[in-house]
Amino acid sequence: MNQQLQVRTMAEFMASGESPEILFWVGCAGSFDDRAKKITASIAKILHHCQISFAILGEEESCTGDPAKRAGNELLFQMMAMQNIQVLNAYEVKKIVTGCPHCFNTIKNEYPQLGGSYDVVHHSELINSLIREGRIQLKDGGEFQGKKITFHDPCYLGRGNNVYEAPRELLSELDADLVEMKRSRAKGLCCGAGGAQMFKEAEPGNKEVNIERTEDALETKASVIATGCPFCNTMMTDGIKHFEKEAEVVVKDIAELIAGQLNS
Amino acid sequence: MAQIAFLILLSIAAFFVVKRFRFVRRNILLGRKISLEGDKKDRWDTMFLVALGQGKMFTRPLAAIMHLFIYVGFVIINIEIIEILIDGIFGTHRVLSFLGPVYSFLIASFEILALLVLVACVVFLARRNIINIKRFHMREMTSWPKSDANLILIAEVFIMSAFLLMNASDQQLQKLGVDHYAAVGSYPVSSLLLPLIEGWSESTLIFVERFTWWFHIVAIFAFMVYITYSKHLHIILAFPNTYYSKLQPAGYLDNLESVTREVKLMLDPNADPFSAPADGATPARFGAKDVFDLSWVQLMGAYSCTECGRCTSECPANQTGKLLSPRKIMMDTRDRMEEIGKIMDANGGEWKDDGKALIGNFITEEELWACTSCNACTQACPVNINPLEIIIDLRRYLILEESKSPESIKVMFTNIENNGAPWAFPASERAAWRNA
Ligand code: SF4
Ligand code: SF4
Repeated sequence: MNQQLQVRTMAEFMASGESPEILFWVGCAGSFDDRAKKITASIAKILHHCQISFAILGEEESCTGDPAKRAGNELLFQMMAMQNIQVLNAYEVKKIVTGCPHCFNTIKNEYPQLGGSYDVVHHSELINSLIREGRIQLKDGGEFQGKKITFHDPCYLGRGNNVYEAPRELLSELDADLVEMKRSRAKGLCCGAGGAQMFKEAEPGNKEVNIERTEDALETKASVIATGCPFCNTMMTDGIKHFEKEAEVVVKDIAELIAGQLNS
Repeated sequence: MAQIAFLILLSIAAFFVVKRFRFVRRNILLGRKISLEGDKKDRWDTMFLVALGQGKMFTRPLAAIMHLFIYVGFVIINIEIIEILIDGIFGTHRVLSFLGPVYSFLIASFEILALLVLVACVVFLARRNIINIKRFHMREMTSWPKSDANLILIAEVFIMSAFLLMNASDQQLQKLGVDHYAAVGSYPVSSLLLPLIEGWSESTLIFVERFTWWFHIVAIFAFMVYITYSKHLHIILAFPNTYYSKLQPAGYLDNLESVTREVKLMLDPNADPFSAPADGATPARFGAKDVFDLSWVQLMGAYSCTECGRCTSECPANQTGKLLSPRKIMMDTRDRMEEIGKIMDANGGEWKDDGKALIGNFITEEELWACTSCNACTQACPVNINPLEIIIDLRRYLILEESKSPESIKVMFTNIENNGAPWAFPASERAAWRNA
């Protein structure tokens, strides 16, 4: 377990006069949330498996500013953005993989105007292309064979950036039975966390958004709810707890599903 | 005599249409100017696909097909108006009939379309009033928006019926060989009505033919004036609105340039604070409090809204009982513009502050804070309206000008400022996951 977590920071790469192929932008949830840290470790494990030289920023990474921007605090957002861009440009970063669709969207779409242009991919896209290149070997007859998996589209991956197929293609590698919820792809329902909702109580209503979405997922009778966003993960996990279905249904990030089936 | 009456009616209709258009245009231009990004070709493509091609309607097939009947009917039958206008002004009868077989083909297709429009209107009326579809009966669907939708459908039913009855009596007159009614055209639908009017006398037929002709054209004039006051303005505005709609990925939100300047000054101690451009580009305020602070494209969106409610029916906040409805955001923006426009008209074109604003008097903070920025509304909108950008601009005003937000949002801001993360964890623990 420890070996694959030999992850170096950009500063460490620099110190030894090397530069990595790709920067792994971990994100705040991936850094601090106990559940999301496992997703981060899975992404690192896959990158190691493919022998990709990658770095993280470590202490030098900051919030992209996404929750501030979506809550209306453009000033705070741009301050964070410019600080991050200074760091990224100082390290001459070219390619970035993010573990979170919000970081992905912000760096890819909103940083260029502020002076930060990089080739940004979401981890579902990177993992999927590594699979297509034959760089990821999965165990035969893995544990998901024949099981029902459903994929919840994160808003900032799907509608926000039109990435619908990459996560589905890589899930199909698990030989699982991929079932769609009644609302999926462009019509997928939000988990309820975006637009800074994660950091506040919901307004008065008659239901929580994540409960509504968990119902969609439970209707499919899938035993695994896959997603590609640490915030969706939290929301769906809470939903499963609400319905006391923890024994039958698990919520997993696509990176975790692939990392668990690596043939190493 | 008839020609003079016709010309007077035409001028009255034209007068009101022009007057209303100038009012709407002035209101839209109350918005901020913006610079357009991207390729013109992409803009035309979007317009052809979404407005002309009705590309986003087909996620709901029944509504899409019925709407297509009405849409094509509207466009094609307009060709017939050309003939009516010429006949009306010069006192001719079916002036285009010299086109021979082409004319027969045109009339036949008008008739078939008229029938399809009739069917579609009846289906839509039933759908709105008998079948209980939630999005047609929400909070913002007060009495006027509901009547607006019904009125136009009923008007279409009358116009199309008059058109078919007119053709039926014309045909009968042609058969009877009445002077002035040369045997022209082909009437696949109205000929089915012939048994109804078979025994009618020549004078009755002429009366019916003339009456329906006048009714038909007067109704169309009234319709033209009416649509400019109603949600049916989308018939026209859908085109510019899709042309000017956002080309970037839906997830992108604009970076306020005025803020960029401030931040650069803050981060760069050597920056010259007076280097700000002298073109007066600094806005009166950050974010939007009232319609003046929104862009003209956003304001045009409000006038383009069809009030269909597709946005609201897909909105996660609305579906879970929150107050937020993206359709209401657009309708409120339009209603506020109308209010401001009327005040300006009453003051000789000058704006007199009425102490009201879009935030507070129309849209409440509770509505704004319920949005998850999920883009379901922008995805669903058949004419590419973007309620989300208005919501964010209003939030920007609340935060940047009034520091108003739920307490926990303020805590999140403080954490980002102090720790570089929305939670209170120190940066030194960022890489701790490696040891987990
Ligand atoms: S972006 Fe906001 S208003 Fe639009 S559908 Fe999502 S939650 Fe509703
Ligand atoms: S904003 Fe678009 S989807 Fe919403 S009611 Fe208006 S036209 Fe319909």
